[in-house]
Amino acid sequence: MFSRISPFLLFALGLWYSCQTKSQDRPPLPILGNYEVVNGDTVYHSIPDFSFIDQDSNVITNDSFAGRIYVADFFFTSCPSICPKVKKEMLRMYEKYHSDTRLAFVSHSIDTKRDTVGRLKEYATNLGVSSEFWHFVTGKKSEIFKIANEYFVSALEDPGAPGGFDHSGRLILIDKDRHVRAFCNGTVSEEVDVFMDQIDFILETEY
Amino acid sequence: MKLSISLLLLFIFSTSCRQQYPQGERIYQTYCVNCHMEDGTGLGWLIPPLAGADFLQSNRGDVPCIIQYGHKGGINVNGIIYKEPMPSFRNLNEVELSNLINYLNTAWGNDNPETSPSEIAKALELCPDK
Repeated sequence: MFSRISPFLLFALGLWYSCQTKSQDRPPLPILGNYEVVNGDTVYHSIPDFSFIDQDSNVITNDSFAGRIYVADFFFTSCPSICPKVKKEMLRMYEKYHSDTRLAFVSHSIDTKRDTVGRLKEYATNLGVSSEFWHFVTGKKSEIFKIANEYFVSALEDPGAPGGFDHSGRLILIDKDRHVRAFCNGTVSEEVDVFMDQIDFILETEY
Repeated sequence: MKLSISLLLLFIFSTSCRQQYPQGERIYQTYCVNCHMEDGTGLGWLIPPLAGADFLQSNRGDVPCIIQYGHKGGINVNGIIYKEPMPSFRNLNEVELSNLINYLNTAWGNDNPETSPSEIAKALELCPDK
């Protein structure tokens, strides 16, 4: 009887062990971007100070995400090209994470002229998302475009592009130390799946 | 033997039926999919769904107008008002519109009656916002 059970027992133990060691064996997500060594310490690229206004007219700064990780993206509400697809994917992520207080979303509008606070509020409401978790922000155009570079996102005004702006649909993961840890193309579901796995991993191992 | 041939024919027939409007599907992939999505579900209460949309049947004559000339000011689909404006696609002719609308009418389990280029042409003449 024992000899018949033991292979199964061994297999089950092996499976349990492999599950136990999985997150330990997996290397941490890298800190992305350039870095420099100052007095023997490595200084990594980090998101500089910012201050924007969200759909509830609240001021959103780096401190709004203190101790949390957040996902950032750049869009505009009247965007006829990639934005709806990216928002659909973010909505899928929202369904999974919106009750997790360790995480937040910030969507920056690059059309600061048309996307007023009221317009962003209407957009967020019609998307059916909570402003506690998902901030749609606007601010000075130059500051939004400047911070896009810090997130490694291309965003520029281009009268020839659909809707008047050319930008990437990239989603960026920022950790609690302001470091960029992962990104994906928000228009590709498979990439977003991998991105969510990276979010799960960082939540599991670093929070 | 006879049974297997009939089953094979049935299979070929049923798979060929599923792809009735390849040109319409290509137009959908080019102009519509970014907003209305691959599965025709739209986006929240911003962009209306096309899959299972009552509007395709109840407002049959308005559909070509909305695609050709765009739409502003809210649209009621399945009891929800969607307020995002719809851009115009003036480059599509009656045949292309007919193929596209027939695709919308039959994709994702939709089962609405077929349209034709002549029906589209008549509907376009009556469009309120040209």
